[in-house]
Amino acid sequence: MTRKKLTRRQFIAATALSSAALVTAPYVRGAHAAGKLSIGFWDHWVPGANKASTDIVNEWAEKEKVEVAIDYIPSQGNKNLLTIAAEAQAKAGHDILAMPTWWPHAQAELLEPMNDVVEGLIKQNGEVNGTVQYLGKAGNKWLGVPACVGSQIKGPCSRIDLMKQHAGIDVQAMYPAGSAPKADGWTTDTFLKAAEACHKGGVPFGIGLGETSDSVDTVGAFFLAFGAEVVDAKGNVVVKNDNVRQALEYYKKLMAFLPSDAPSWDDGSNNRWLVSGRGALIMNPPSAWAVARRDAPQIAEQCWTHGFPVGPKGRFAPFLPYFWSVWSFSKNKEAAKSVLTRLSQPDAVEKMVAASGGYDLPAFEKLTTLKTWAEEGPPKGTLYHYPNPHKHQLLSISASPAPPKVAQQIYTQATLTKMCVRFYRGEPMEKTLAWAEGELEGFMRS
Amino acid sequence: MADVAIERNAAPRTARKRASLRTALKRKSTAAFLMTLPLILLISLLVIYPAFYSLHLATLNKSMQRFIGLGNFQFLFKRETFWLVVEQSCIFAITAVFFKALIGFIVAHFVHNIPAKGQRKWRGMLLVPWVIPPAMSTLAWLWLFDPSYSAFNYLLAGVGVDRIPWTGETGWARFSVILVNIWFGAPFFMIMYLASLKSVPDQLYEAAAIDGANWWQRIWYVTLPMMRNIIAITTLFSVIVTFANFDIVRILTAGGPLDRTHVFATWAFRIGIEGGDIPLGASVSLFMVPILAIAAVFILRDINKRGNES
Repeated sequence: MTRKKLTRRQFIAATALSSAALVTAPYVRGAHAAGKLSIGFWDHWVPGANKASTDIVNEWAEKEKVEVAIDYIPSQGNKNLLTIAAEAQAKAGHDILAMPTWWPHAQAELLEPMNDVVEGLIKQNGEVNGTVQYLGKAGNKWLGVPACVGSQIKGPCSRIDLMKQHAGIDVQAMYPAGSAPKADGWTTDTFLKAAEACHKGGVPFGIGLGETSDSVDTVGAFFLAFGAEVVDAKGNVVVKNDNVRQALEYYKKLMAFLPSDAPSWDDGSNNRWLVSGRGALIMNPPSAWAVARRDAPQIAEQCWTHGFPVGPKGRFAPFLPYFWSVWSFSKNKEAAKSVLTRLSQPDAVEKMVAASGGYDLPAFEKLTTLKTWAEEGPPKGTLYHYPNPHKHQLLSISASPAPPKVAQQIYTQATLTKMCVRFYRGEPMEKTLAWAEGELEGFMRS
Repeated sequence: MADVAIERNAAPRTARKRASLRTALKRKSTAAFLMTLPLILLISLLVIYPAFYSLHLATLNKSMQRFIGLGNFQFLFKRETFWLVVEQSCIFAITAVFFKALIGFIVAHFVHNIPAKGQRKWRGMLLVPWVIPPAMSTLAWLWLFDPSYSAFNYLLAGVGVDRIPWTGETGWARFSVILVNIWFGAPFFMIMYLASLKSVPDQLYEAAAIDGANWWQRIWYVTLPMMRNIIAITTLFSVIVTFANFDIVRILTAGGPLDRTHVFATWAFRIGIEGGDIPLGASVSLFMVPILAIAAVFILRDINKRGNES
């Protein structure tokens, strides 16, 4: 048997030829040449709304040659929060995960800075509101891209007919479709009088006093309207102040006109209250109206979404943004940033807003006047003021301006609602404040 | 020569080894161990590892970057809400277990006295609450207790009784969660007690009857002593499960109003998952472990004692 011996010269020649062939050969791009990307989006309430984001992502993936896997994770049963906690512990999971309100801050150390993406989007789409900055930024680091999908304002949704009949208030005249609000007279005092009138008329305002987010958001907006901070921006417990006392006194008066079972309400209770026709006003994004449009059209056509009443320290509305964050352990950060930039383009946002029937709110100021909100109905224009197009109210979140990690505890434990309920049920003011002070001091641990 | 000698010794040793392996495999305990090995592995993976991991978590600070020993427990002991949760968990578990045992005992006697022909039907029907997944059945209860549209209140209104704030007032909310827990757990007691009742020899009752024992004396001096072990084990099991209950409270009241129905698991979830403070949540959930472990040791030791006596 003969054995061919490879000489040094032959080896060098063969290597050179192979290298030349590789360099000069045309770049063959495979179907998924740019790698894989897994995304955990929030599972939308609105049937069919997920399709808009799926289509946009697939279109992008096709163009960029990225293999994408999307999971839609529901917030029912806090499944999305469990997923965030599990992935943070395992340091493995999706590349991109939709995180609600407080979660970017809670996982700040594990998130990739998104400054390059968000700063570019701000230049393109306009500024984001203060609450998005408060929740989405730790120091100078952007913790996620403000997401359109899932972001919402929980403003008043009133019954046009009942407010006119019992409180003598024309909400459509106050918040006309297509033009700026004429709501200077829509104050916390007017709100209280309207609540009393509707209570007497047998159609009380449906505001919850439980421990879930709808109740917490509403009380938070009223507290801010009175300038009632319980923990200041530096993290000092300042609950024993006159603004808080004033807010508690106000809420005590208001609670007398709310349904007696409001302390046990959850986030579905107010929706049912409106859809069943039992109340004249609730505080909610347009999902309740959307359900009414399907199940009780005669009630839906009397609904009008508008702004909060103004208090001594301003007009505040609860804004709950979602963020699309990228884990620092993600294996395809560049692709993640690219798809998030695509999802935040005006045409993509418009598609997603339309697919959600106007529920989703972009955080960027140039994107708050899309035609969906002007055209949705019945009645036509019912959502015109939902995205705060005239910046008539300050978008805020309950427990702010406390440092986000402290505010998250205040929010989750529903401390403000509990204070109101305790005081309403006869506990002396100073005892309620002392109880709150003890709770708040406990939230300071790091 | 030496090589040959070694060969000669090695063969019987290998044969001995094979024989001892065969004997070991033939042994009942080895077979039992091998058969339970998959379960042991599963339990190690799903129970023992998470248990030790939660112990580890409970020793970390909020951001989980620093070891703080028992710092989380020291913090908890100073919190008013924590002691409220301890008190409620005790009220919840003790009341629920007591009534589950009582109702289970009474119903087991009723079922025991039903003629054998129709008994199976009754046993099946009475087990229904226990076999439905509690998350589902509690949802049905939630609708019955709904603040605004309670079916119970609708019926009460029909007979002119004022509506009851089932989940809105502290007392009623506690009553509601305990009631649902009893409804769910009583069939378990019933079936365990029924099995135990069936194993009590009839001769003992006959002897008691000859001695002139009345109904109460038969229960006190015959039934209860014969059921002691099963009562102890069932109670221990139920106490542990009830203390660790999550689904019923979470679905029905989520711990409200004003935290007055929180038990350890729901408060741990509120703090750990919803509030993002996983170490503190782990500490809350672990708080009862030593207490329940000591209770378990005492109850099980007592069972051993009785076993030896008999």
